[in-house]
Amino acid sequence: MRYLPLTPNDRQDMLATIGASSIDDLFVDVPEDARLEGPIRDLPMHAGEMAVEAHMKKLAKNNSAAGDMPFFLGAGAYRHHVPASVDHIIQRGEFLTAYTPYQPEIAQGTLQTLFEFQTQVARLFGVDVANASMYDGSTACWEAIVMARRITKRGKAVLSSGLHPHYVSVAKTMARFTKDQLVSEAPTLDAATDGVDLLDQIDDDTSCVVVQYPDILGRISDMSVLAEKAHSHKALLIAVVTEPVALGAIKAPGQMDADIVVGEGQSLGVGLQFGGPYVGLFGCKQKYVRQMPGRLCGETVDAEGKRGFVLTLSTREQHIRREKATSNICTNSGLCALAFTAHMTLLGEKGLRDLAMLNHKKAVVAADRLTQIKGISLLNDSFFNEFTLILDKDTRPIVRKLADQKILAGVSLGRLYPDESGLAHGLVVAVTETTSDEDVEMLATALEGELA
Amino acid sequence: MSMLTEGRPTKQEENIIAPDSGALKTHTGNRALMVDEPLIFETGSPDRSGVDLPAAPAAESRLGGLDRDEPISIPGLSEAEAVRHYTRLSRQNYAIDVGLFPLGSCTMKHNPRLNEKMARLKGFSDIHPLQPVDSVQGALETIYQLAEWLKTLTGMPAVAMSPKAGAHGELCGILAIRSALEARGDAREVILVPESAHGTNPATAAFAGYKVEDIPANADGRVDLDALKARLGPDVAGVMITNPNTCGLFEPDMKAISDAVHAAGGLVYCDGANFNAIVGRVRPGDLGIDAMHINLHKTFSTPHGGGGPGSGPVVFSEALEPFAPLPFVEKTEDGHFHLVEEETAEDHHESSFGRMVAFHGQMGMFTRALTYMLSHGADGLKQVAEDAVLNANYVLRSMEDVLEAPFAKSGPCMHEALFSDNGFANGLTTLDLAKGLIDEGYHPMTMYFPLVVHGAMLVEPTETESKAAIDQFIGALRSVAERAKAGDELLKSAPHFAPRRRLDETQAARKPILVWKEPEEYAEAAE
Repeated sequence: MRYLPLTPNDRQDMLATIGASSIDDLFVDVPEDARLEGPIRDLPMHAGEMAVEAHMKKLAKNNSAAGDMPFFLGAGAYRHHVPASVDHIIQRGEFLTAYTPYQPEIAQGTLQTLFEFQTQVARLFGVDVANASMYDGSTACWEAIVMARRITKRGKAVLSSGLHPHYVSVAKTMARFTKDQLVSEAPTLDAATDGVDLLDQIDDDTSCVVVQYPDILGRISDMSVLAEKAHSHKALLIAVVTEPVALGAIKAPGQMDADIVVGEGQSLGVGLQFGGPYVGLFGCKQKYVRQMPGRLCGETVDAEGKRGFVLTLSTREQHIRREKATSNICTNSGLCALAFTAHMTLLGEKGLRDLAMLNHKKAVVAADRLTQIKGISLLNDSFFNEFTLILDKDTRPIVRKLADQKILAGVSLGRLYPDESGLAHGLVVAVTETTSDEDVEMLATALEGELA
Repeated sequence: MSMLTEGRPTKQEENIIAPDSGALKTHTGNRALMVDEPLIFETGSPDRSGVDLPAAPAAESRLGGLDRDEPISIPGLSEAEAVRHYTRLSRQNYAIDVGLFPLGSCTMKHNPRLNEKMARLKGFSDIHPLQPVDSVQGALETIYQLAEWLKTLTGMPAVAMSPKAGAHGELCGILAIRSALEARGDAREVILVPESAHGTNPATAAFAGYKVEDIPANADGRVDLDALKARLGPDVAGVMITNPNTCGLFEPDMKAISDAVHAAGGLVYCDGANFNAIVGRVRPGDLGIDAMHINLHKTFSTPHGGGGPGSGPVVFSEALEPFAPLPFVEKTEDGHFHLVEEETAEDHHESSFGRMVAFHGQMGMFTRALTYMLSHGADGLKQVAEDAVLNANYVLRSMEDVLEAPFAKSGPCMHEALFSDNGFANGLTTLDLAKGLIDEGYHPMTMYFPLVVHGAMLVEPTETESKAAIDQFIGALRSVAERAKAGDELLKSAPHFAPRRRLDETQAARKPILVWKEPEEYAEAAE
């Protein structure tokens, strides 16, 4: 077996050193009735690279890859071009096959990239500090709600109707067990998010108000008013960013006085991957840093006075604090964080701003083209690279039909909100730098056909 | 103390000379391949970029008047600089690709490159989680096949695939337990956790709203069955047991523990972090457990990536199956793969405790793990467990005359060997030994864990090390252990040869610097 270096002779020699007559002697603690004789049945025996590759390729082939057809899906996962060097960097064995940097003297590579990552995320979000990553945006969002409860000692979280429905689902699942109270409604097809409704929900029992920016329908709203109202009740504003590229074009949540900003970092470096692994981003104001979940990398010096980096403030974490930890999170999303930071470093501020405007302008052009079609109107007054079209038909069957024609048309609101019949005509369309004019034209033609 | 510049053979002890006499200073401060790399904030600039983009089309912007008008201050590098930056940084890392990585309980085994290649097939890497299910049948089948492997290997009837890592899987299991108890109107408050458990166990139970109580270990390093039985009662929701446990030992009473917990109305969670020791030889389903997470990044070789991403599927007993989270994949009679989500769950899965994460889990890890399983097959996986256990016992028996092995007398260990610092000279600690190992070219073992052994050192060689590699490691570990016992003061300042000497963690925590600031801001912060 190609991954196992021991030879039969090695095994015999080693058993002799141990003083065991056979490998079974080493499994004596396993009760006899739990021991298996021979390899487990119903599973295949070992296979070489060629056979395994053939098996996996067959599975892979039975999927419609986004790059092979016009593709317009977003809603929390975006298709961006990842520079070739990013994948090369994350495949360096010294990054790929390293452990969590608990031995800092021989992990400065990982630690320095995490320090750079934290700084980039904090600057992108416009907040003071950021951690070394979470699993993904949805779990980061729930952790932010828990953090707000710890800070305010209140249990009522007010969720914007523009928050991604999967993020809402995760929060609802968890809140049922933790007895947190959640205020949450499905979105309505208005040009602006929430309106005054959300403001009215914020009171002296509120721990936080959670707002996605841009929201699930692509709308962009100024969160300053919410921040002010939340702060007047000593509650926190949590901003959720599922498309970090947007922050190359629109104001940072921190600039609108958000207290905690979380996000999904998948857009930069990571790729679609059918939903995971992704990388949760988590930043906040300096004064809340000791209430943060997850790993933090900090700067220090070594015994010779040289600058170096270590994981720090670990007294918040489970391996030290056990049941009193701020979270149970251990493994985070290190390699995806590396992909994110490498992509961001290749972009730089100018590249990020250019990429963001390229996304935005392409989306504007696409929105104009698609709304020329009879039976389609645009919901949004404002958007970044994703907008919601209202069709005069239920969009879900259309999306399925177009997928059979090798056009991935977007995310129907019927898929995201199956119980909300009022949303069934909505179609969320994302346009990125990877979308060509021909792609838009093919989508337009197909939609014209469906709506004629 | 003199520099080693003579090129003459030196005796063993002379080799261990701190190289910091300062006699030879280089202009750059670097030493050959050991090169320091500045931060991107010191070398890059916001107007430099390693990405060429086409011009944006002419169009009015519609950003709602919220244009980002202040500097973002994120520096860029050209591709040439970026590749060098990260390559230089990578060389300051220890990794499995570099050498044996004996980190107990973390299972740092070789990460096959076929896994990486398969995960990058565009049919896996370039598909969106919300594509119509007919356009991702191969992805759903991949998840389904992996689920079948996991169920067969564990002898359990159900599996939840979406948890993002081990601790997230623990949470999944505990929430299922709580759901099952609530469904029978029997809300309970306490989860029992052995003292030797991973920190994630009590943290998870608390995160899910439970009170946590310790179960003591007996003198053999196992769960004290009598103490456990004495504590069971109507307030105990369940137990979280690691098996093989964190002392590297199989819990021979596991079935009796499960039976006792069930008899008292509770449920059994097993932390499967150490499943690699028994995969293919023992099915946890035969031991009466109700839920167990499996770290794909441990047992099934997906890379640790410097701290993730992981993946933590959870297998369930029949008692917990109805409460498993959404989403999951089902195969219909006509061979179609069906994604059960919120809207489709109502038909036949209304007891599910709900969604734990956006989308469907760590697909990129599923493809790697399935590739690994297919490569090894049922026979290879059994060999994996056997070689892992053989290697660990070989280390145990090769070391026990030098390092105290507190539980070695009671029999063989499983996949990891546990030692204590008993016998070290005054003032020398497990940490010193660990840092001494760094100078020998090794990543240290797990230190100070489990908590039940003083100065614990937990060594897990894994099955992907050759006998020669293990022999060399044993030689190094013996040498450093002898030095610790002899009171070698140089160990206290080890490592001497790493890219950094010991780092001041106290300073890092007292005045946390978590983001880079312009030098003048540092000066202000120090005031």
